[in-house]
Amino acid sequence: MRSFALLAALALPTATLAQTDPTDWDAVTAAARGQTVYWNAWGGSTQTNDFIAWIADKVAEENGVTLEHVKLTDTADAVTRVVAEKQAGTDTDGAIDMIWINGPNFAAMKEAGLLFGPFAEALPNWQYVDTAGKTVQTDFTIPTVGYESPWAMAQVVFDYDSADLEPLGSMQAILEWSTANPGRFTYPQPPDFLGTTFLKQVLVDLLDDPSVLQEPATDETYAEVTAPLWDYLDALSPTLWREGRAYPATGTAMFPLIADGEIDLSISFSPGAATAAIANDELPDTVRTFVLDKGTIGNASFVAIPYNSGSVEGAMVIANALLSPEAQARAQDPNLLGYSTVLALDTLDADQRALFDALDLGIATLSPEELGTVQDEPHPSWMTRIAADWDTRYGVAQ
Amino acid sequence: MRLLPIVPALTLLVMLGPVVAGLWGTVRAAFGHLPGAGLTGPNLDAFRALGDWPGLPRAVMLSVTTGFGTTLIALALVVLLVAGWSGTRAFAALERLLSPLLSVPHAAAAFGLAFLIAPSGWIARLISPGLTGWDQPPDWLIVNDPLGLALMAGLVAKEVPFLLLMTLAALAQADTRRAGAVAAALGYGRTTGWLKTVFPRVYAQIRLPVYVVLAYGMSVVDVALILGPGTPPPLSVQIVRWMGEPDFSARLLASAAALLQLGLVVGALVAWRLGEIAVAHLGLRWIASGHRGVRDAAVRGAALAGAGVAALSILLGLAVLAVWSVAGFWGFPDALPEGFTLRTWMRQGDDVLAAVGETALIAGVVTAAALVLTIGCLEAEVRHGRRLTQRGLWLLYLPLLVPQTAFLPGLQGLLLGVGADVGRAPVMLAHLVFVLPYVFLSLADPFRAWDARNGAVAAALGAGPDGVLWRVRLPMLLRPVLTAAAVGLSVSVGQYLATLLIGGGHVATLTTEAVALSSGGDRKAIAVFGLMQTGAALIPFALALMIPALVWRNRRGLQHG
Repeated sequence: MRSFALLAALALPTATLAQTDPTDWDAVTAAARGQTVYWNAWGGSTQTNDFIAWIADKVAEENGVTLEHVKLTDTADAVTRVVAEKQAGTDTDGAIDMIWINGPNFAAMKEAGLLFGPFAEALPNWQYVDTAGKTVQTDFTIPTVGYESPWAMAQVVFDYDSADLEPLGSMQAILEWSTANPGRFTYPQPPDFLGTTFLKQVLVDLLDDPSVLQEPATDETYAEVTAPLWDYLDALSPTLWREGRAYPATGTAMFPLIADGEIDLSISFSPGAATAAIANDELPDTVRTFVLDKGTIGNASFVAIPYNSGSVEGAMVIANALLSPEAQARAQDPNLLGYSTVLALDTLDADQRALFDALDLGIATLSPEELGTVQDEPHPSWMTRIAADWDTRYGVAQ
Repeated sequence: MRLLPIVPALTLLVMLGPVVAGLWGTVRAAFGHLPGAGLTGPNLDAFRALGDWPGLPRAVMLSVTTGFGTTLIALALVVLLVAGWSGTRAFAALERLLSPLLSVPHAAAAFGLAFLIAPSGWIARLISPGLTGWDQPPDWLIVNDPLGLALMAGLVAKEVPFLLLMTLAALAQADTRRAGAVAAALGYGRTTGWLKTVFPRVYAQIRLPVYVVLAYGMSVVDVALILGPGTPPPLSVQIVRWMGEPDFSARLLASAAALLQLGLVVGALVAWRLGEIAVAHLGLRWIASGHRGVRDAAVRGAALAGAGVAALSILLGLAVLAVWSVAGFWGFPDALPEGFTLRTWMRQGDDVLAAVGETALIAGVVTAAALVLTIGCLEAEVRHGRRLTQRGLWLLYLPLLVPQTAFLPGLQGLLLGVGADVGRAPVMLAHLVFVLPYVFLSLADPFRAWDARNGAVAAALGAGPDGVLWRVRLPMLLRPVLTAAAVGLSVSVGQYLATLLIGGGHVATLTTEAVALSSGGDRKAIAVFGLMQTGAALIPFALALMIPALVWRNRRGLQHG
């Protein structure tokens, strides 16, 4: 069994550094001026990269902070780096100043004392954040307590080619459709983030009461709770693309498959991504999205600051800039990025609201009402076990 | 030149330090010792966990079949091609076609091939729906097939140019024309005669490149990610997966698997060596039998066709990358996109230019350093007899034989320890570890095979050792030197893990940018970076072919074949 307990051994007392108190924002902005912030963020999407470049221009102009986007293929690389620095005693001015993070990576870093904070709730723009309606203070059931700052909401949607099928209301309906149309559906191979999300979504949808998933998985509960998932996958796998003998590597590898006509249905964690991809000539304009009748899993993307960053003030300035209504409206623009906002629109003044009201969500994006119920992420222990079991049952199967 | 005697030691140190330190870290972790994570060994838990992984037998089998399959097919194609066609006009054309293709980065070639042969690839698009009746692509498992055939095809296409260039560099040292003429006069077919008279001499010079192909095929990561199976993947890919998990116990597992991979590579090399001995034994009997060769023409034709397909697959792959880089929406089964646009190039322009500068700077400095050290080592052999022992030679090749993932994290720890962990200079040092062996590998045999009587003549005419080196030896070896430089540049251009890990992500080369994009599946952006990557490595290879031809246009004896 995998656990993050090993990292706990690293949670030795962190040296108190000359980092500015986040609550003294004037001092933060003063110290930030002239700093260079290396933001380690997944670099697999042109739209995301363009958005980060836009933020870089904004903070350079308004705050004198230089933002360098370090493009990752896997966030774990950044986590590994910070761990290696801690082992080597590099407790000041480490290579990484900010990480796009959530889920198990956050849990591991927080538990190992590798993060700077708390800072998130001291940011001036925190006042706009929708703490009541969105899961911005917990991350996969782990309380964030200010050690990471949210900047985008994600929710599971299914992308489908409306030329080939109608929206499906449940995982059972998807199984029935895939059985009738073999080879037209697949999901990214776990432990890819989106692939494990699909497995969790199946489980959440099949269970009558998914609240059991909010508690850590135990040896007693695990087998019984996940039994319906394995029955479902046993039935689904032979009907998948390539009969389940090969899977796409990542979530974004799914769009080319739809564009090529290899599949008609795919899962996504970004309600606006399909519209953005249509605008970018990456999907046919017949693609639409749907959510399940009982709702779908949602979570937030965060930024966190490693404990040994030499530019914590600059990183906080960027975290704050990401929460600005201007940046949030831009991120939500499906022609640019299509990430849902973390802000509560009723906290904004009229001018700020107008930025959001002016957005045309686009042909393939569901409105906030249509997105329906957001279901909670299960505790990370479920995902770890399910991904390992999936690998044994399907990942290395004949 | 006073420093010359210590150059061999310095060269070994530059590479041994990092590799040994990295391997030591791997061994410790494999036996459960990772003090930074609070784990102390020694114990065998990681090996037990590795043994419990249900995908292990097939992952191991894939590594072995891919390595041997790639090496055997690529070597056979190259040898039969050179045997049957060297000196002909068709060969000259194919040589000009294939040699620059060596520079195509593995990842770019793999993407090109995948875009070609997938059920929704360009080939299927060109013949659909007209010939096939397909309105949507068939559900066929061609790319990522469980046997790794697509992976092998991609590797063969890339290794044929590599082995061909190495063979050509070696041919410059072998007296092929007269041997061929004598064999032909005795009634041997062209291929048979070449195999019997020239091949034994040439193989002795390309043996190490062949070993590298074998080791590389067994441990490749990027091509395997794109073309290889995933259920399970080859062992090397699984090692990278485990390294990427946030949980540190997976690192122990990866370290144990890395040791297994090292053992597999060593075992495969030993097996190959035994195979060489067996082939040599059988070959002697074959030569003694005096058979003149009956199916010579068929073998010649097959070799030309095979090499032609390899060249064509890379060229068409590049063509499809070029189309994707300017494509608007492009659905199946359209043979071409609905529209063409420069938007992708405009979008990526700034990033591309910045990455080109970084890539060129690193590759240039690293290759220059590698050439100086290599020539220094080889010249020290000549003057001081400080020849690398056979054991020293194997240590030199460790970076090529050990999976990168096995010792790079250890290397990172080493650099962290001395506070030199971030930035361009450490990345250059890390690249040198990988570039030096390749440069050495491609230059050493031609350098040693140089006819020393030329030096004796020059010395008799009053030239000192430096004069012999600079005015006779190196000019005569211009072609192998430039070839080695081009290989060094392309190796540096292609480095991914070393750049990412040692640069702390702060050093953005064309390869790190392209691989970062590749995980996202944006084929247009991938196409732009793949083409630029190809260009970055193509120019040196073009020069390596052109400059000797220009410089020695009036020295026929210095232009082989």
